[in-house]
Amino acid sequence: MGKKLLLEKDHVPGIRSYEVYRKEGGYASVEKAIKSMTPEAIVEEVKKSGLRGRGGAGFPTGMKWSFLAKPPGVARYLVCNADESEPGTFKDRYLMERIPHLLIEGMITSSFALGANTSYIYIRGEYFYVARILEQAIEEAYKNGWLGKNILGSGYDLDLYVHVGAGAYICGEETALLESLEGKRGNPRIKPPFPAVAGLYGCPTVVNNVETIAAVVPIVNQGGDAYAAIGIGKSTGTKLISASGHINKPGVYEIEMGITVEDFIYSEEYCGGMKGGRKLKAVVAGGSSVPILPADLILKTANGEPRLMSYESLADGGFASGTMLGSGGFIVMDDSTSIVKNLWNFTRFYHHESCGQCSPCREGTGWMEKILHKILDGHGSMKDIDLLWDIQSKIEGKTICPLGDAAAWPVASAIRHFRKDFEEYVQNPSSIKDVHHYYRLNDLTEA
Amino acid sequence: MSSDKEIKFPEETLELVRRMMKRYPEGKQKSALIPVLHLAQAEFDGWLSPQVMDYVASLLNIQSIEVYEVASFYSMFNLKPVGKCTIEVCRTSSCWLMGAEDVIRHIEKKLNIKTGQTTADGMFTLKGVECLGSCGTAPMLQVGAEYHENLTLEKVDSLLDNLRKEDKRKCYTDHFDPQSN
Ligand SMILES: Cc1cc2nc3c(=O)[nH]c(=O)nc-3n(C[C@H](O)[C@H](O)[C@H](O)COP(=O)(O)O)c2cc1C
Ligand code: FES
Repeated sequence: MGKKLLLEKDHVPGIRSYEVYRKEGGYASVEKAIKSMTPEAIVEEVKKSGLRGRGGAGFPTGMKWSFLAKPPGVARYLVCNADESEPGTFKDRYLMERIPHLLIEGMITSSFALGANTSYIYIRGEYFYVARILEQAIEEAYKNGWLGKNILGSGYDLDLYVHVGAGAYICGEETALLESLEGKRGNPRIKPPFPAVAGLYGCPTVVNNVETIAAVVPIVNQGGDAYAAIGIGKSTGTKLISASGHINKPGVYEIEMGITVEDFIYSEEYCGGMKGGRKLKAVVAGGSSVPILPADLILKTANGEPRLMSYESLADGGFASGTMLGSGGFIVMDDSTSIVKNLWNFTRFYHHESCGQCSPCREGTGWMEKILHKILDGHGSMKDIDLLWDIQSKIEGKTICPLGDAAAWPVASAIRHFRKDFEEYVQNPSSIKDVHHYYRLNDLTEA
Repeated sequence: MSSDKEIKFPEETLELVRRMMKRYPEGKQKSALIPVLHLAQAEFDGWLSPQVMDYVASLLNIQSIEVYEVASFYSMFNLKPVGKCTIEVCRTSSCWLMGAEDVIRHIEKKLNIKTGQTTADGMFTLKGVECLGSCGTAPMLQVGAEYHENLTLEKVDSLLDNLRKEDKRKCYTDHFDPQSN
């Protein structure tokens, strides 16, 4: 069994409640931080830990924290990103639902380190019942003196609030999230300025993912070095992986970074192998936005090395033969999967979720969806495959926020690795059972 | 019918709105807009009419247009009347792989409506929604605040039967508020 830092207490009955959580050693990091550490010392431990943002981009958390501007007399904010809307990702929900106090504890310790006196957890509106679990945990924390005025007699004050969104993938992007938290449409902001300088209400702000903030708890408790000793290379610590699709045991797994992808898919400890003993066709390893890889390239790098569950190994080979760890949304597809139809579904998603600010993304995602419709309908041509390629290349890197890239990469990678599947639809439509679905697919996208 | 009803929150909801506004710094009360719109949608028949949005604007002391532009951006807000019960089926990636299309087709057939429509008796609205963070228990759907996971067509049938007996729309009103004491 691999080491667990976040889900270690997951199976303790009643761990959702304050009493049990506290009895199991909960809130020790707050005591340690407030009673015996300076904010700077905590930031230093987080830097030493090598923790990288678990929301998808993998930016070093300690570095992000040290960028936070500290003009005197100006409020600073910590905002937790619990929007979790990257398709294939459900780890934050699991963590918040099962061990809500771990997130609350991480928020308090992190807020203290950043000098924030008001912090928010922005949670997607659909997780309404999870928001209520968090609010109950927050109330327990207030009652027991971990939140509010003069925490542990230190003179440090902190208020923590849950803020619900209302359904918009884009609000997971940190500047769109801040706009949304200010009561506006979720249109991403142009950067710079970065939130560390001008974030919520124009004040210096750190936005971190749920899992990132939870990881601060073991880092403060055990020290940054101990955290960094787990994992491999610059992928330190543990990572929550949301495993879904055609596997025997879908679910959330806490892995030590550096186990092999093969082990993750096939061992009993994790996914338990392919459902029905079918053959692995492809994996989207880090949420719908990252490049899809065929079975051979997800199990082994282009150099024939075993592929590992780590930031570096998954990215090995660049986009030519690699992918990204992203949010850890690990979607497994067996050999019955139509890559083309699946791509249509992803593209439909990005078209639906584009905020519409930037023309390449707003228009391009719609065109990609339409062309994929046409191919699925049996009316595609070879030129359409090239056109798809052309459109994605004109979205990537040309938008205010990375949603454009997120929409382009699945298309580019599907064509790069599965061009034959597209050609088959074009050349031999009658052999494909999904053809003539155009209107059927179309009405699925209504509303 | 919403058109006959006076558009005003009951006193305890108004109290909750006032407390929600205090969660944000002085002068930033607009931040409470989305949470308050959830309350409004739950209170006023599951959708946001222009009159309801104007009312929310007056509560937060902002322009009506500021409410319209937000309400029209987020997929959870309905700008048209809906049935007593809205069934939201995830149609994205993992759910799609695990049979979401069959679930949607089944419900469409059973209720005799298309996705996006409401049944003639005003009971059900069927919506297709994007990944709800339940991909490991796909396919899934949401009704009110409740998740229904690992769906089979049989499960869907018994769910629909049960739902006919209830009104799930009120889920957003019993909002827990930690600052109440
Ligand atoms: C379109 C888009 C959607 C995103 N969705 C999420 C999300 O749901 N949750 C999340 O934590 N980060 C999401 N991110 C990443 C955030 O912008 C940001 O990098 C992250 O919250 C930073 O926290 P971290 O450093 O702890 O990962 C998204 C980014 C983009 C471009
Ligand atoms: S894909 Fe349906 S819940 Fe994630």
